[in-house]
Amino acid sequence: MNHWLAIGGMMLLTVLIRASFLVFGQRLAFPDWLNRALHYVPAAVLSALVVPMALAPAGTVDISLHNAYLPGIIVAALVAWKSGKTLLAIVISFVVYGVWRWGLGL
Amino acid sequence: MTHALKRRTLLLEGARDTVPMLVGAAPFGVIFGTLAIAAGLSPATALGMSVLVFAGSSQFIGVSLIGAGTALPVLWLTTFVVNLRHALYSATLLPYARDWPLRWRWPLAFWLTDETFAVVEHRFRTKGTDGGQWYWLASSLAMYGNWLFWTMVGVSLGQSLPGLANLGLDFAMGATFAAIVAPQLKRRPALGAALAASAVAMLARGLPYKLDLMLAAVVGVATGLLLEQWHKGKEQTA
Repeated sequence: MNHWLAIGGMMLLTVLIRASFLVFGQRLAFPDWLNRALHYVPAAVLSALVVPMALAPAGTVDISLHNAYLPGIIVAALVAWKSGKTLLAIVISFVVYGVWRWGLGL
Repeated sequence: MTHALKRRTLLLEGARDTVPMLVGAAPFGVIFGTLAIAAGLSPATALGMSVLVFAGSSQFIGVSLIGAGTALPVLWLTTFVVNLRHALYSATLLPYARDWPLRWRWPLAFWLTDETFAVVEHRFRTKGTDGGQWYWLASSLAMYGNWLFWTMVGVSLGQSLPGLANLGLDFAMGATFAAIVAPQLKRRPALGAALAASAVAMLARGLPYKLDLMLAAVVGVATGLLLEQWHKGKEQTA
């Protein structure tokens, strides 16, 4: 197989999907319901990325003291929710995660 | 503030806000590099894939398909399916970027990843888009440079480091996503969207080609929209 041909095709498809709306959708006027629907994309996508990482970091559900992802991510979410400060939430969650994972000897 | 100074601030902020994502992506860059060599790619094609495709998940799947000698149409169809979620990101960011010239929209589209989408969308929603293309550019370039660097490290190692995947560095990405998403959930429909998407993501997490993520996104967005309609209906009848 020609690897460069394979990569060229992958590149073309990837960039066209990413450019779909940003480059070619300039003149598109979305109907109102679609505009409102797009507001929920970040909440839906980010939750769908985070929740499986917290509950099943290795693929199978792990709700135990050995799973440092769970307390770490809960703390990140709670601090951000309460304070609205993203960076603060991330830093505190790193500490919780690090201590839980390497400090407690669980 | 002068124009140049403001631009520098925006670039710095875009890069700074992306730092946790860089940490999270690093091990995957190394693993990709080693996998690509193991799958029979030359160092030049392995690095070339990171330079030209720049999409972690499809690169992983791509090299394993190439290694298995899969026919090109199958490889390309798989790439298409794995990357479909980026069309959602592209549509979500369009309202902010609609009036920017093409010389901005093309490169920013090329560099659009899950991570940069999360960081940039958050910024624009909370702080507006003033000078936003510089912020977005910095986030993109940081992700790109980071990915190329760690791919190169993986390629030159040529064999996987035991335990690299289990170091837990991906937590940095998860924590950032969580911190970005949590404050959005104060509105009932957004909370519903997140809960529905999470449930689908948990149930569908065995699905190949990132279809779990796409399915979760669609169900989540539909739930949010329905709850919004329902709330409005209640207000009108009340």
